Amino acid sequence: MANQDQDILLEVKGLKTYFFLDEGTVKAVDGVDFEIRRQQTLCIVGESGCGKSVTARSILQIVDPPGRIVEGEILYHRRNGNTTEVLNLAAMDPRGQEIRAVRGKEISMIFQEPMTSLSPVHTIGNQIMEAILLHMPVSKNEARDTAIDMLRRVGIPKPESRINDYPFQLSGGMRQRAMIAMALVCRPSLLIADEPTTALDVTTQAQILDLMLELQEEMGMAIMLITHDLGVVAEMADDVVVMYLGHAVERGDVDSIFHDPKHPYTRALLRSIPKVGLKARERLDSIRGMVPDPYHRPAGCPFHTRCDEAIPGVCDRIVPPRIPLGDGREVRCLLYTEEYAGER
Amino acid sequence: MTEARPLTPGIAVEEPAQETEINLYIASQWQLMWWRFRRHKLALIGGTVTLIIYLIALFVEFLAPTDPNAYSVRYTYAPPQRLHFIDRTDKGIRIHPYVYGYKVKVDKVALRRTFVIDKTKKYPVRFFVKGTPYKLWGLIEMKTHLIGPVDPEAPMYLLGADRMGRDMLSRMIYGTRVSMSIGLVGVALSLILGILLGGISGYYGGSIDTLIQRIIEFLRSIPTIPLWLGLGAALPPNWPPLRVYFGITVILSLIGWTGLARVVRGRFLSLREEDFVLAARLDGSSELRIILRHMVPSFLSHIIASITLSIPSMILSETALSFLGLGLRPPVVSWGVLLQEAQNVRSVATAPWLLIPGIAVVVAVLALNFLGDGLRDAADPYA
Amino acid sequence: MLQYIARRLLLMIPTIIAISIVTFIIIQLPPGDYLTSLVASMAETGEEVDQSALETLKARYGLGQPIYVQYFKWAWGIISRGDFGQSFEWNKPVTDLIWERLALTFVLSLSTLLFTWIVAFPIGIYSAVKQYSLGDYVFTFLGFIGLATPNFLLALVLMYISFKYFNQSVGGLFSPQFVEAPWSWAKVADLMKHLWIPMVILGTSGTAGLIRIMRANLLDELHKPYVVTARAKGLPERRLLLKYPVRVALNPFVSTVGWTLPGLVSGSAIVSVVLSLPTTGPLLLRALMSQDMYLAGSFILMLSVLTVIGTLISDILLAWLDPRIRYQ
Ligand SMILES: Nc1ncnc2c1ncn2[C@@H]1O[C@H](COP(=O)(O)OP(=O)(O)OP(=O)(O)O)[C@@H](O)[C@H]1O
Ligand SMILES: [Mg+2]
Repeated sequence: MANQDQDILLEVKGLKTYFFLDEGTVKAVDGVDFEIRRQQTLCIVGESGCGKSVTARSILQIVDPPGRIVEGEILYHRRNGNTTEVLNLAAMDPRGQEIRAVRGKEISMIFQEPMTSLSPVHTIGNQIMEAILLHMPVSKNEARDTAIDMLRRVGIPKPESRINDYPFQLSGGMRQRAMIAMALVCRPSLLIADEPTTALDVTTQAQILDLMLELQEEMGMAIMLITHDLGVVAEMADDVVVMYLGHAVERGDVDSIFHDPKHPYTRALLRSIPKVGLKARERLDSIRGMVPDPYHRPAGCPFHTRCDEAIPGVCDRIVPPRIPLGDGREVRCLLYTEEYAGER
Repeated sequence: MTEARPLTPGIAVEEPAQETEINLYIASQWQLMWWRFRRHKLALIGGTVTLIIYLIALFVEFLAPTDPNAYSVRYTYAPPQRLHFIDRTDKGIRIHPYVYGYKVKVDKVALRRTFVIDKTKKYPVRFFVKGTPYKLWGLIEMKTHLIGPVDPEAPMYLLGADRMGRDMLSRMIYGTRVSMSIGLVGVALSLILGILLGGISGYYGGSIDTLIQRIIEFLRSIPTIPLWLGLGAALPPNWPPLRVYFGITVILSLIGWTGLARVVRGRFLSLREEDFVLAARLDGSSELRIILRHMVPSFLSHIIASITLSIPSMILSETALSFLGLGLRPPVVSWGVLLQEAQNVRSVATAPWLLIPGIAVVVAVLALNFLGDGLRDAADPYA
Repeated sequence: MLQYIARRLLLMIPTIIAISIVTFIIIQLPPGDYLTSLVASMAETGEEVDQSALETLKARYGLGQPIYVQYFKWAWGIISRGDFGQSFEWNKPVTDLIWERLALTFVLSLSTLLFTWIVAFPIGIYSAVKQYSLGDYVFTFLGFIGLATPNFLLALVLMYISFKYFNQSVGGLFSPQFVEAPWSWAKVADLMKHLWIPMVILGTSGTAGLIRIMRANLLDELHKPYVVTARAKGLPERRLLLKYPVRVALNPFVSTVGWTLPGLVSGSAIVSVVLSLPTTGPLLLRALMSQDMYLAGSFILMLSVLTVIGTLISDILLAWLDPRIRYQ
C-alpha cells in the first residue's frame, strides 16, 4: 500500500466545477475522481463539451469566472527528497502565491491552439524565458541559454535565431513545439496537454506525440493527455478516464478499457472507431441521440437518454455511484451494482 | 451524491424556456433582433426618448405656445416662470394653472434691467387653449395649442426669453424639428451615397474598389470642421433658408457617407462569397436583382444600426456649424442657431437659460446613441 | 521598418497635393473675391483706390485669371519661397500670421491627446477588468454624457460657472501681461497654467470615446487563450494583465491616434472661438467670413497637413508596437 502511495502524483476526488451564469448553472464537472501516477500517462476521453478542459483547468485553478470549484479535493503529492508532502490544490486561493508556485513549475499545461495560445506580440524567447525567470533563481542570460537548449531539445532548428521570432513567423507544428518547450522548461512533474494535436495535420500530430513520449522518458514526468482520438489513447495511455457530461463514467488501465469496456458509453465509444478490415458498406456505429444541452442535464445517470441498456424508472432517477471493479478499475453504472446486475 | 431532481432550486432557468426554443426555430431575423434588443434596458429607454423627440418634431406647431419669431421688446431676457397650480386666494384654494407676471427693476448703476416675479399679477394658463393661428404641416388651419395663456397678450415664458423677448420654449420646440430632421435628411443623403459607392466598391472589387477606397481615405484625412467651415462660408449669404438647409445637409453628408460606405462595402465583400448569392446568380437573376433582393435585405439590420449611430454626429455637427454662424441662419430656428445667442459669456451670465437648447442636444444625442448601440448589438451579437 | 516609413512618407505627397487642390477650390467657391468687394466698399465710402497697388496684387496672385493658374501660382509660391500668399484683411503675409497660431494649436491638440490617454487608459482597463461593477457603470455613464456633449457647450458652461461663481473669465491661453510679450520661460509657464482648461474641455469627448475603445478591446483580449497560457505559467495576475492583454489591446488603441488627433484639431477650432484662444480657430473663422482667401486657405491646408502627419505618426507607432505589421 505504501508503495502504491509513493507512486501517486495527483489525486482528484469528487471534483465539481460549476459555471454560474445568468441563464442558469452549468455543471461542467460534476463529480470526477481519478489518480495520476508518477511518470505515467493518463488519457481523458469524451465527447466535446463533457468537461475535459474544465477538469484540466480546475487542477491549476485557472477556470475562467463565473466558473469555480464548488466541491472536491485535488491532492498533489509533492516530493522533497525522500518525503512527500500532500497539497490540496482545490483549497488554494486561485490568485494566491501558493498555487502560482505550482503552476508552470510543478504542473504545466499546453493547449489546443498553438497560434492563439501564444501572445502574438511577444517573441517566443520572451515567453519561454518568462517561465524560467518566474520559477528559477537565474540571470537573464542563463535563462536565455536554457530556453535555447530547450528549443533545440524539442526539435526547433537554429534555436539561437528562432528564439527571437514571433509566433506568427512559425508554422503550426513549430509553435506547438515552442509551447512544449515553454511548458517543460522548468521540468515539471506533470504535464497537462489539452488536445495538443487537434489543430495540426496528421504527420505533425504524430511527430508531436512522439516528441512528448520521448521527453517523458527523458524527464520522467507524468502526462495528462486530453483527446478525442481513441487512436491516440491506444498509443499513449497507461490509464484512461472516460468522461460523459461532467462525470468520470469509467476508468482503468488502457488494456482493460479497450478489451473489456464496462460502461455502455465506453462500449459505444469504442464501437464508433473505424476498424481495419471494415467493409466499406458497413456503417460505423455512432452513438444515437445528441449530447443534452448543459443547462438541462438529465436526472439520474446522465447517459440514460442515449443508453440502449437503460433501465426505465431506475436510470433516470438514480445517479449511479462509483463502483470499484478491482485493479484500479471503476465504473459508474447501475448495471454493475448488486441490485441491478440482473438487468445486464 | 445522489440527486434526484434535474435542477437544484438555485438555478435560474425560467419555465417558458422550452417554449422560446420552439419559437426561436421559426423566428424571423427581425423577431430575433427584437428579442435581443429588448434585453438592453438603456436601448429601450433611448428608443422611447427618440420616439418622443420625433413626435415633438412632428407636432411642433401644436406643442409650441407661441410663434417662435414673435418678439416683445418689453420682455428682453425675461427669466423662466414657474407654472403654478395651487391658487390661494381669499376665497379659498383653487386648482388651475397660472403664471405670475414680471416687474421690471432698473439698476441705475449698472444700467441694467432686471426682472422680478410680480406676485400681484396672475395670468391664468390653460391646456388646449386657443392662441395664435397656425397651419399644421402647412396644411391644416388650427388655433389650438397644447398650453398657453388664456389672454394671448399675457407674458408666458416657461423657459425664459431671449435677447429679443422671444419665447425660448417655443423656439426650442421649433428647433427640434429642424435639428432632428437635418440629421435624418443628412443621413439619408449619406446613405444613398454610401450604399451606392460602398456597394459598387464591395461588389465589383478590383480597381474601382481601390479608387473608391482612396477617395474615402482622402476625405477622412481632411479635418472635418475646417472643411465644413470652408464650405459653410461658401454658401451665398443671399440664399433662401430652405436652400441653405439643403446646402448644409449636403455638406454634412459629404463626410458622413464614408463611414456608411465602409460598412456596406465590408458586408458586400463577405456576402459576395456566400452560397445563396452564388445560387441566385446561377439561377440567372440579374445583378441588380441579386443586390436588391438578396444582398441588401441580409444587411439591412446593420445599416439601420449604423444610421442610428450616425444621426447624432450629424446633429452635433449642425449644432456646431450653426453655433459659429456658418450653418443655418435665422429666421430658421435650430438648436445650433439658438445656442448662437449664447456665444458670449455676458449674455450667458445674464440669461443662463439660453443654454437650455444645449440640454436638448445632449438628450437627443444620448438617446440616439443608446438606441443605436442596442440596435447594433441586436443586429449582430458577435460583432 | 525604415522602408515602411519611407513608403508612408511617399504616400503622403499625393495626399497633400490633393488636399491643397480641394482647399483651393473651397476658398474659391464663394462668389466674388476680397479685392473686388474691397474696391466696391472703398468706392462707396469715396476712398481713394491705389490702382497701381491693386494691379500688382492682382498680377501677383493671378486674380481674374483662370482658377488653375491661380492655384499654380499659389502652390508654386509655397513650394519655392514658402510664401502662402497675402492676407488681404491684415495686409500682411500669411506666414506672419499662421505659424504661432498653428504651433499653439499643435501644442493644445497634443497635450489634449496626452491628457485623454492618461485618463482613458487606466479607466478603460479598470472598466474592463471590473466589468459590470459599480465603477464600470459610473464611468460608462459619464462616458456617454461626455460623448453626447458638444465641446463648445461644455466650454460655455464652464465659462459661465467661473464667471458667475468665481467672477473671473477663463478665456485665452495667456495672462494679459504675456499676450504681447515675446517668448520666454515665464510665458511658457503662463501658457501651461492656462492650457489645462481648454485641454479638459477638448479632451472630454475624446476621453469618453477612448475609454469605450480600451474597454471593448481589453474585454476581447481578456479571455484569449494566450492569457490562460500565461496564467498557467504562474504569472501574478497584475503583471499578467499588463504584460499580455493590455499590451495587445494597446494596438487598436494606438491606431486611434490617427483619427483622434484630427478630431482634436477640428474640435479645437470651435472651442477656441468660444474661449477666444490665440489658436487657428478664431482667425480661420474670421478669414472665412471676410473672404480673406489666402489666409483661410493656408489654415485649412496646414491643418490638413497636421492631420496627415498625425495619421502617419499613429501608423508608425502602430508598426513599432505590432510585429505583425512590422514584418509584413
Ligand atoms: N467560460 C465558460 N463559461 C460558461 N460555460 C463554460 C465555460 N467554459 C466551459 N463551459 C461549459 O463547460 C462545459 C464543459 O466544457 P469543456 O471545455 O470542459 O469541454 P471539453 O470536454 O473540453 O470539450 P472539447 O472537446 O470541445 O474541448 C461545456 O458545456 C461548456 O459549455
Ligand atoms: Mg476542451
